[in-house]
Amino acid sequence: MGVFQQILQQMINGLSLGSIYALLALGYTMVYGIVKLINFAHGDILMIGAFIGYFVLIKLGVTPGTLIVAFLISMPFCALLGVLMEKICYKPLRNAPRINALITAIGVSFFLENGARVLPVIGPNPRVFPTLPPVTHHLFGVGVSRVQIIIFAVAIGLMLVLNYIINYTKIGKAMRAVSFDKGASYLMGINVDRVISFTFALGSALAAAAGILFASAYPQVEPYMGIMPGLKAFIAAVLGGIGSIPGAMLGGFILGVAETLAKGFLSSQMADAIAFGLLIIILVVKPAGILGIPINEKV
Amino acid sequence: MQNERLKRTIISIILLVLVSVFLNVLVAMRIIDEYTTQVLTIGAINVIVALGLNLISGFTGQLALGHAGFMAVGAYTTAALVMKLGFPIFPAIFAGGLVSALFGFLIGLPTLRLRGDYLAIVTLGFGEIIRVIMINLAEITGGPAGLKGIPPFTNNFFWRPVVSFGIVYLFLVLVVFLISNLLKSSPGCAIVSIREDEIAANAMGINVFYYKMFAFTLSAFIAGLGGGLYAPFFGYLNPNMFTFLKSVEFLIIVVLGGMGNITGTVLAGFGLTYLQEFLRFLQDYRLVIYPLILIVLMLFQPSGLMGLFGNREFSLTGLAEQINQALFRKSPAEKAGDK
Repeated sequence: MGVFQQILQQMINGLSLGSIYALLALGYTMVYGIVKLINFAHGDILMIGAFIGYFVLIKLGVTPGTLIVAFLISMPFCALLGVLMEKICYKPLRNAPRINALITAIGVSFFLENGARVLPVIGPNPRVFPTLPPVTHHLFGVGVSRVQIIIFAVAIGLMLVLNYIINYTKIGKAMRAVSFDKGASYLMGINVDRVISFTFALGSALAAAAGILFASAYPQVEPYMGIMPGLKAFIAAVLGGIGSIPGAMLGGFILGVAETLAKGFLSSQMADAIAFGLLIIILVVKPAGILGIPINEKV
Repeated sequence: MQNERLKRTIISIILLVLVSVFLNVLVAMRIIDEYTTQVLTIGAINVIVALGLNLISGFTGQLALGHAGFMAVGAYTTAALVMKLGFPIFPAIFAGGLVSALFGFLIGLPTLRLRGDYLAIVTLGFGEIIRVIMINLAEITGGPAGLKGIPPFTNNFFWRPVVSFGIVYLFLVLVVFLISNLLKSSPGCAIVSIREDEIAANAMGINVFYYKMFAFTLSAFIAGLGGGLYAPFFGYLNPNMFTFLKSVEFLIIVVLGGMGNITGTVLAGFGLTYLQEFLRFLQDYRLVIYPLILIVLMLFQPSGLMGLFGNREFSLTGLAEQINQALFRKSPAEKAGDK
C-alpha cells in the first residue's frame, strides 16, 4: 500500500469518525448558542443512547431493520432525557452566575455516568455491542467498511434534517431568534422556554444517534464511553466556532481527520493530545473559531 | 490604636500557637489515635488543594476541573527530586509546587485571555492528558504500576504519623494565612472584583488577564504543594490516584463549604474526608451521592454551608479582640476615651 493510499484510507476513517463528532458537536453548539452553557452531560447522553441501542439490538437481533428500530427508540428517549435534564437542573439556574450552572452540568454528567455504573442492568464492565457482519468494499485499493458507509449516510441524513428544521420551520426560526437575542425574542412573543427545551431535545436526539454509530464503529459500550467523544466534540464545536451550526459540522470533520491521521502516522496515545493541542492553538489564533463571528460583550 | 493592634496580633499568635501545640500534643500522646491522625492528615492535604481550587473557582469565579492533575505534577516532581536527585524533602515539596505553577501558567496563558468557560474544558483535558503522560513516562513515574518507596518524612516508624501530621498541619496553616491575607490585600480585591463583574472590573482599570493569571498560577502552586505533601505521606504514587473523580472531589469540598469562603473549605474538607472513611461500605453508591450533592447544593443552597451563616469567615483577630476585651475588661466607652 502506497503512502498516498494510506493517507486516503486514514482520510476515509477520519471522515467517518468526524461525522460522529460533528453530530455530537451540533448539540453542544446549539445549546451553547441559546443558553451559553457548556453542557458537560452531552457526552453521557451519547452513552445512554448507545446503551438503549444495545438493549434493542440484543433483544431483536441485528439486521438493518432492527438498527433503524434502535435509532427510532433511542433518539426520542434521549430527547426526553435531555428535556428533563434541562427542566430539572438547568432551568432554575438560568439567572444564576454561570459557574453555578457549569458545576451543575458537571454534577449531571457525573450522575449519569456513575448512575449507569451502579445500575444492575448496565454495570461497570464493558460489553460488546452487536454489529452487522462486517463487509468491506474496495475502491482504488482503499477499504471502506459497511459500518463506515452507514455512519456517513446516517450522519449526513440527520444533518440535512437538522438544516431543514433550523432554516425552514417556524420553531427553527424561533431558535435562531432566541440565540440572536433572548430578551428581544421574548418580547416578540416567542415562548423562550419551549424553544430551549426543543433545543435540548434536538441536541440529545442527535447525541443518541451518534452513540449508536459510535458503538457500531468501536463495538463496545460502557458507562464512561461518553467522556472522550464528548470532550472532543466540544473541541470540534470550538474549532468550528461555538454557536455556529455549519461550524460544528466542519469542526467535527476536521477533528476526526486530524485524529485518525495522528493515530495512523504518529501514535495512538498521542491522538487524544492532538485534539487538545488543536484546542489550544485555536484559542490562541482565532478564539471565535473558523466560522464563528467574534462578538464584543457589552454590559 | 497602634498599641491595640499590636496587642490583638500578639493574642492572635498566642492563640494560634496554643491551639497548634495542643492539637499536636494530642496527636503525639496518641489521645487522637493513629487512624484518626491519618484521616486528619489526608483531610489537611485535601483542604490545601481545595483551598487552591477555591482561590481560582470561588474567589476569581473561573471554574477549573484539573486540580488532581496539578496535584499529580507536584507529587511526582517531589518524589523524583527526592529519589533521583537526593533533594531534601522541603525544597523538593516547594519545587513540586513551582513546577505545578509553571504548568498552570502555561495553561492559563492561552485560555485566560478569553472570557467564557474555556478554562473548565482546558483544565479538564489537562487532567486527563497529564495522566496519560505519567503512565508513559515510566522512567520517572514508574508507569502504570506506580512509584514505590518514596522516602517518608521521617524514618522513625513510631513517630511517623505524628511528624507527618505536624508538617502537613504547618503547611495548612501557612496556606490559610497566605490566602486570607492575600484576599485582604489590593490584588485580592482585584481578584474578587473579577468574579463579581469582569467587564466592570476591566472598566475600573483592573488588568483582568493579569489577575486571573496570578490567581490561577498561585492556585496551581498550592495544589502542587498538596501533591508534594501527598507523596512522602503515602510513600506510593500511581497515575490512577489522580483521576477526574479526584478533581471533582475537590470541587465538592469547595462547593459544599461555600464558594469563596476559606472557613467553609476547611470545615468541608475535613468533614468530607472523615465522612468518606466512614461511608466506605457504600462503595460505588458514593459515586452517585457525590454528583447529587453538587446538583442539590447548586439548586437549593448555592452559597454552601457557610452561606447559612451569612458567608462569614472565622476571624482569628476577631476572636483575639474579644479575648482582649474580656481580659482587660474595657467597655467600648472607655476605649473611645483612650483615643
